[in-house]
Amino acid sequence: MWLTRPLQERSTQLFLGILIAALAVVTVLHLAMPEDSALHVSAYTVTLLGKYLCYALLAVAVDLVWGYLGILSLGHGAFFALGGYAMGMYLMRQIGDRGTYGDPILPDFMVFLNWDSLPWYWHGFDMAWFAFAMVLLVPGALAFVFGYLAFRSRVTGVYLSIITQALTFALMLAFFRNEMGFGGNNGLTDFRDILGFNLRTDATRLGLFIATGIALAIGYVICRGIVTSKLGRVSIACRDAEARTRFLGYRVERVQLFVFVVSAMLAGVAGALYVPQVGIINPSEFSPLFSIEVVVWVALGGRATLYGAVIGALLVNYAKTVFTGVMPDAWLFALGGLFVLVTVFLPKGIAGLLQKRRKAPDNDRSNPREATA
Amino acid sequence: MSIIRRSLTSLLIALACLMSVPAMAQEDPGRELLVNLAEAPSSRVEEAINAIVDSGDERARGWLEAYGNNRLSRVKDTGQVVLVLNNRGRDWEIADPLTGENLGEMSRRKLDRVAINNAIRGKLEGIMAMLDLNAADPDVREASAADMMGKVDAALVAPLQARLEKEESAAVRDRIEAALAIYRVEQGDIEAVEVLAGSLHPRARAALNNAAASDSPQLVEAANKALASIEQKLKLNKAAETLYFGLSMGSVLVLAAIGLAITFGVMGVINMAHGELIMLGAYTTWGVQQLLPGQPGLALLLSIPAGFLVAAIAGIIIERSVIQHLKGRPLETLLATFGISLILQQLVRTVISPQNRTVVTPEWMSGSLVINDALSLTLNRLYVMAFALIVFAALMMIMRKTRLGLDVRAVTQNRAMARSMGIKATKVDILTFALGSGVAGLAGVALSQLTNVGPNLGQNYIIDSFMVVVFGGVGNLWGTLIAGLSLGTINQLLEPWAGAVLAKIIVLVFIILFIQKRPKGLFPQKGRAAEN
Amino acid sequence: MSMLEQLTNRDQVFDFLAPVASPVDVRHGPILYLEDVNVSFDGFKAINNLNLTIDDGELRCIIGPNGAGKTTMMDIITGKTRPDTGSVWFGSRHNLLTMNEPDIATLGIGRKFQKPTVFEALTVFENLELAMAADKRILPTLTAIMKPENRDQIDEVLEMIGLKDLRDKLAGILSHGQKQWLEIGMLLMQKPRLLLVDEPVAGMTEQEMERTAELLTSLAGKQSVVVVEHDMGFVRSIARQVTVLHQGGVLAEGTMDQVSNDPEVIKVYLGEEA
Repeated sequence: MWLTRPLQERSTQLFLGILIAALAVVTVLHLAMPEDSALHVSAYTVTLLGKYLCYALLAVAVDLVWGYLGILSLGHGAFFALGGYAMGMYLMRQIGDRGTYGDPILPDFMVFLNWDSLPWYWHGFDMAWFAFAMVLLVPGALAFVFGYLAFRSRVTGVYLSIITQALTFALMLAFFRNEMGFGGNNGLTDFRDILGFNLRTDATRLGLFIATGIALAIGYVICRGIVTSKLGRVSIACRDAEARTRFLGYRVERVQLFVFVVSAMLAGVAGALYVPQVGIINPSEFSPLFSIEVVVWVALGGRATLYGAVIGALLVNYAKTVFTGVMPDAWLFALGGLFVLVTVFLPKGIAGLLQKRRKAPDNDRSNPREATA
Repeated sequence: MSIIRRSLTSLLIALACLMSVPAMAQEDPGRELLVNLAEAPSSRVEEAINAIVDSGDERARGWLEAYGNNRLSRVKDTGQVVLVLNNRGRDWEIADPLTGENLGEMSRRKLDRVAINNAIRGKLEGIMAMLDLNAADPDVREASAADMMGKVDAALVAPLQARLEKEESAAVRDRIEAALAIYRVEQGDIEAVEVLAGSLHPRARAALNNAAASDSPQLVEAANKALASIEQKLKLNKAAETLYFGLSMGSVLVLAAIGLAITFGVMGVINMAHGELIMLGAYTTWGVQQLLPGQPGLALLLSIPAGFLVAAIAGIIIERSVIQHLKGRPLETLLATFGISLILQQLVRTVISPQNRTVVTPEWMSGSLVINDALSLTLNRLYVMAFALIVFAALMMIMRKTRLGLDVRAVTQNRAMARSMGIKATKVDILTFALGSGVAGLAGVALSQLTNVGPNLGQNYIIDSFMVVVFGGVGNLWGTLIAGLSLGTINQLLEPWAGAVLAKIIVLVFIILFIQKRPKGLFPQKGRAAEN
Repeated sequence: MSMLEQLTNRDQVFDFLAPVASPVDVRHGPILYLEDVNVSFDGFKAINNLNLTIDDGELRCIIGPNGAGKTTMMDIITGKTRPDTGSVWFGSRHNLLTMNEPDIATLGIGRKFQKPTVFEALTVFENLELAMAADKRILPTLTAIMKPENRDQIDEVLEMIGLKDLRDKLAGILSHGQKQWLEIGMLLMQKPRLLLVDEPVAGMTEQEMERTAELLTSLAGKQSVVVVEHDMGFVRSIARQVTVLHQGGVLAEGTMDQVSNDPEVIKVYLGEEA
């Protein structure tokens, strides 16, 4: 089975082992250590780590399409945000009559806008199963429609990147509008509980952190399953020689569409887990800057490795936390410099450095032509 | 309040000009006229006013206006008549009405307001209007006649008729005729309706609307007919205005995108920092203006070469330091230049300020070109439009007729071949990139006249610019021109019923869908070479 | 055809309901048939009233100077370029102009590119695996499992193209000639009815050329082969039937001897070489 194949791989076992160990260590340090101990991991840190793991899952999703399919999506933030909004809508409906205005059905911002009934697309989000399905379906559907149109007309390369960016930009503008019914500028916030658990308790936060870790593990295995299957090799074929792949009888546009949709769904899941942990979702997640930042995480970690994407996401976001705390002005310099340094001096990212050490070029799946060009 | 303040200021400026003959101040006949006005009992005020009007003194209008606004006072001790500039608080700021000299502040207790009753006040307006109507400057006359539309009463008809007979300017005559016609329509004159049929002035329309609601069926019919024809004209003017705004927005897009059409379209380099090069051009304009305070026009003209140079040099630095190392890796180039754009933005924030800077618009660029009552074209947009076309034409010439253009086309079509023919490909790369970047700087200079200059200026244009280039067909300058202008116009057409944000979203979605249908844009390049 | 037309057209079943590629019908003669084909790029006529017929099992060489339209012709047959006018049939049942590249490939037309195009980030073995005749839809590809007989088949081809020792090396490190062989191997894995081979021997040594000639002639009969080649010696060594293209149309057709004695051909092509 394609899904179990990665579990027999050493690299995947190693990845999962480290991930599970990390989850366990954080859990133990959070629960067992007394609060004044230096080893204690605070609830704040647990949530921060949970946020990083969401980003890591998003980065894995981006690496799947960029690394293995050659599609540089500058709009994955849109799928992330859509998943987040689906979750946010569920959380909003869970507030019930505990909002400022006490309306049992309408979220606060709708009462504020003098709306008298729920818009049609808000129905159903009071049910967890429906909302969680939408977390997958909405980003998946957008990716399907967009990808169907784009790949069918063979829009690839830079063109595709630019229009994915335009897509997320258009969505950002749209979500900023109050009339859209998603809270406009302020987005969705003031969440109370998820599946009956109070979001403000440490236990729920720890639970969300662990859930994110598991989601990352599952997402990683799914991606790994795809890239180690024959379909993964076809993806690489599409990436490096699209026309040739077509002449072998593969429908390149369908391969691209399939992988793109899977990736968008993973991004949606990442967004859905992100929202309850940070407590807010607003249109800034759609901003082109965020999407392109994700790409740099992947580039830093190393394309077409999957684990590199995770390393990159964790490193950059840790750096961001540190920088914005110590000297916020310098962060954009650092980020901008990172873009330049990674692309010019480190085309294979950190994973490339690790591989060079191990001297195993035979396993290098990244495109050798691009790297030497 | 502020209007009063402004007219007072303009009066003072006018007075200051007259001050050039200080000796006259001693025997100024104005002093007596004002004192007479101030001392006149209410039965003789009108006489005093007429004396002022008849004196033909150029300052008369200002005096009367101040009088009407309760801004004329007498100093209790000296009996001197003064202008009150600011009557708030305990101490009032005063000035000499004869010379315009600011006399500083004086306690309001020491001042005695020159009284005016409502009967006089009512007449004063007409008197001032007639003063304006007989002014030497035809523009003042026209403005005054336009102001009289809808305000004409029986007493004003005769002087207006008299003026009409003397009047030489056709524009002023039209206004006076319209003003009289409104009066006549109000009196129920059907023939006068026809005079108003062509007028776009809102007061003419108001008069016709009133007529259309009157009891007389003939008048109603005539008024309705006239209104319909006005409506037609208004629609036409509205369409012309939308087109103007559309083309203006389009020319901004063309300016922003045309540099990109060179670097991306011709060289194939994805420069995400293009927007920041635009920003640098705009900040250069600001900087030059800081260096030349009080001369915004000269500064703006100097900014054109300066903006080009600054952006071009920045472009060369970017090309040499980063882009040349990423040849043949478009996606990496995209990422690296995006990083540069972040750095440049933050640099401006840190070095200059995160706040927007205002760039002064020189006088000859502000104001608008008035076509008629319903349509006026703002001059700054008109200039930017012309500038865009000039830049486009110049680029076209460079690409088509110069050695550089030939080399660029040779290098982009077949690099190896071009090099073997002795073309220095690296040099061509640098020059082309500098050219595209410099044009971005020019766009920034132009944009500084239309929008706020801030660190995010470029960001707002980068996606639009790429859309324009891709929509027009990469590698085709004409395509960029047509795409820019048409996208700008489409956007403006959508705005009235969709709102600005939604219009923008619709245009973006339209382009996204369009590219799916025609991946190579409006004007694609064909052939085997184009596919590789 | 647009989606809507497809849905409203009642006397035709939807594309996705139609049976998968029906076998090629060659009972009525030729396997490939091009008639009055025209293509122009921005006013330049790349293909000009081209007529060409390839019989089942035939080995045909196509020669012609640069710009004669050889590669464009291959692009048309494989669905990459759509002609402005004309018709292209595969057997007497399949109108190639209504099909896209993967369908044409699945139907049994394999192509080797002028510039050897292999997947450089994949191993030699994986390159052949992808080329192998199989169900190439998404889910079957995702769940595909390498069966022993598939492995044998790949090994057999590896033997034939002489890359057995390099089977687990990335294709990117192969030499130009080895890539040529790998691409021929991929063509063999596809098991096509018709092979379109664009300049197969460029960059090959004398012995390799001989082996290629041997391989191509051995294929003819079972499969139909169209070879585009510049190397006259190679063409002479394999050709039975030669077509000369010039300015997008057929200038001459016949055996190598007939063609090389044709005054027109000598003028435009062979004359220049001499």
